[in-house]
Amino acid sequence: MATPLDPHAAIVTEAAGIDDGPLRTVDGQPLEKALARSSRAARRRAFMLVLPLLAFIVITFIMPIGQMLYRSVHNDGFAANMPQISAWFAETKPGTEPDEAAYAALAADLLASAEARSIGVVGTRINYEKSGTRSLFTSTGRQVRRGIEPPYREALLEIDDEWGDPELWGAMRNVSSAYTDSFYLASIDRTRNAQGEIERVEEHRRIYITLFMRTLALSALITALTFILGFPVAHLLATLPIRKSNMLMILVLLPFWTSLLVRTTSWMVLLQQQGVINDTLVWLGIIDQQGRLQMIYNQIGTIVAMTHILLPFMILPLYSVMRTINPGYVRAARSLGATSWTAFRRIYFPLTLPGLGAGALLVFILAIGYYITPALVGGSSGQLISNMIAEHMTGTLNWSMAAALAAILLGGVLILYWIYDRLVGIDNLKLG
Amino acid sequence: MALPKYASPLERIWHWSYLALCSAIFVFLIAPILVIIPLSFNADRFFTFTQEMLSFDPDGYSLQWYDELLTFGMSAPDAPRNGSWFADMWANSKWVNAAKNSVIVGIFSTLVATVLGTLAALGLARPEMPFRRLIMATLISPMIVPLIITATGLFFFYSSACVPEGSWLHMLLGPFLSNRGCLANTYTGVILAHATLGIPFVIITVTATLIGFDQSLNRAAASLGANPRTTFFQITMPLILPGIISGALFAFVTSFDEVVVVLFIAGPEQQTIPRQMWTGIREQISPAILAIATLLVVFSIALLTTVEILRRRSEKIRGITPS
Repeated sequence: MATPLDPHAAIVTEAAGIDDGPLRTVDGQPLEKALARSSRAARRRAFMLVLPLLAFIVITFIMPIGQMLYRSVHNDGFAANMPQISAWFAETKPGTEPDEAAYAALAADLLASAEARSIGVVGTRINYEKSGTRSLFTSTGRQVRRGIEPPYREALLEIDDEWGDPELWGAMRNVSSAYTDSFYLASIDRTRNAQGEIERVEEHRRIYITLFMRTLALSALITALTFILGFPVAHLLATLPIRKSNMLMILVLLPFWTSLLVRTTSWMVLLQQQGVINDTLVWLGIIDQQGRLQMIYNQIGTIVAMTHILLPFMILPLYSVMRTINPGYVRAARSLGATSWTAFRRIYFPLTLPGLGAGALLVFILAIGYYITPALVGGSSGQLISNMIAEHMTGTLNWSMAAALAAILLGGVLILYWIYDRLVGIDNLKLG
Repeated sequence: MALPKYASPLERIWHWSYLALCSAIFVFLIAPILVIIPLSFNADRFFTFTQEMLSFDPDGYSLQWYDELLTFGMSAPDAPRNGSWFADMWANSKWVNAAKNSVIVGIFSTLVATVLGTLAALGLARPEMPFRRLIMATLISPMIVPLIITATGLFFFYSSACVPEGSWLHMLLGPFLSNRGCLANTYTGVILAHATLGIPFVIITVTATLIGFDQSLNRAAASLGANPRTTFFQITMPLILPGIISGALFAFVTSFDEVVVVLFIAGPEQQTIPRQMWTGIREQISPAILAIATLLVVFSIALLTTVEILRRRSEKIRGITPS
């Protein structure tokens, strides 16, 4: 007999043919519906546990990054303060000769902007497109406030010849819309000319592509170095008896747990011209006092310090995969006549690939975003793209440019992250 | 790794050179960290070993850089060391203030990260969790996104998302915000940012602990009449506690070591140890940096030991024998 306390009994009795309809629970609901309801409730309960954190991450992390991406395409420093000339640009085609109406609009905007003390913002915005124009705007603003008579074209040209420069008008057109791709174009060393066509910037200003390429090349090199150094160590740790390997593991985990700044400081101490390594080399007679090596404040500094810092991120995934490889496979290969090199190349190495993939992706992802270490030991030739983002944030204060560079870097990292999740699975990430 | 008796001479050479290579890599890993410890006791302003140090002459060693940590930034560093000296040091010394800030920010951000992270990990471990992979990827992303990007985003957000004065939200949150009603240059801002950065570590360690967790224990507790809260506190939590604690330690270390975000969003009030180090390295490089670095190495050795003990304990509780 079915009781409310025993729903299974109800299913059994009713399925036994007492009721010919669909299977029902004790309170008369179709079984399928009841099951769907209870699994919905279980899903909701699981989701409610995750919800607070998800909301937290969205507010403190996803939204700020979204806002940053918005800033990379939106900058109304010019458009908001110079509405009339912006409207004229919106109505005419790129390359149109500015007429008297355009100059009148420009003069009116300059006057209004100078009165509202926003001319500096306008000048700064246009300065990003065409350097040296900020002072043109501020000084013209001052003169316009003293009074200006039509015809405005002649009046403005009298203040400064540059107001007739088609390049300046092209630059103003580029910034006249609040939404712009100019920061992304600048990130790949491109700009729009007076006709609105995309062209490369002058040779001496092409810095960003070089910097992106250097970041990729140095990250790849550091990944390769961590692999070369990490593979033998991981293999040794994985094949030693557990007691010994646990002892040696401390040598890998201690750097992993030590502060990044401490490790960077150590390398500064070691690599200095008057530092420990140079002193040792002089003492050994390998180099003389004059021949002290310059190993810091250049790319060597960045490469050595970052390889050291990222090495544990290669060793740990490799180790955890190598631990699971059955040594019998290699022994079987040997017994079938393979040399130890063949056995390694055809049997052992392919089995380590998942760990290698995980480690290499992790190291590469971390390396392309590094900031602190290159900033301290990299000099000028060891700087990465992150350092340029920081420079725009705190030095030149061109925040939209920083946001555009950060967006490109973020895009690259997210693609790698997606590959990592596909290949390794983010839940397989292990820490020590 | 033992070499078999029948190994050929070539194999023997290869074996020993392999071990030598591994030893060299271990030296590369550990030497840079250990080398700064003796150098921090240098009696001179050098970053290298002096003749006196190499000949173990006691005159070559001194504690002056540790002393400088206590007195740097004090209003009267040379004052006689009585009660007022201590008060001065506690209130004014830059390194002491930085240490206080690091601990405050570390503790609060760890609390936020651990509570929210553990709850989420419990949800993510349930088999019926919807969109598991996507949500997991989102929650781990603060660890993957380069710090400079996080810092840039937070800089814009903290300086623009301000609560207008006089609104009800300002009445509620006012004490946690700057006088302009923003999160920039506040302890709250730094704590929230560090909690975000620490969350992935909590998620990863607690989820890893829950993988070995026997769900039938929960069902057994429920069948014996325990409600979900009792089940969690009496059954689940004691079993996953080692995972929670090591996740919390990871979160604390992340906060304790973080400098990029602090550089961007914190004001002079929120000077932390890494930020003070950064300033020290960039401006006036003094061996006092080596003294603080040595203290941090000792600190990381202590943390490493704790995590290792917790890991063994966790495996023991869950009945996993070390493989």
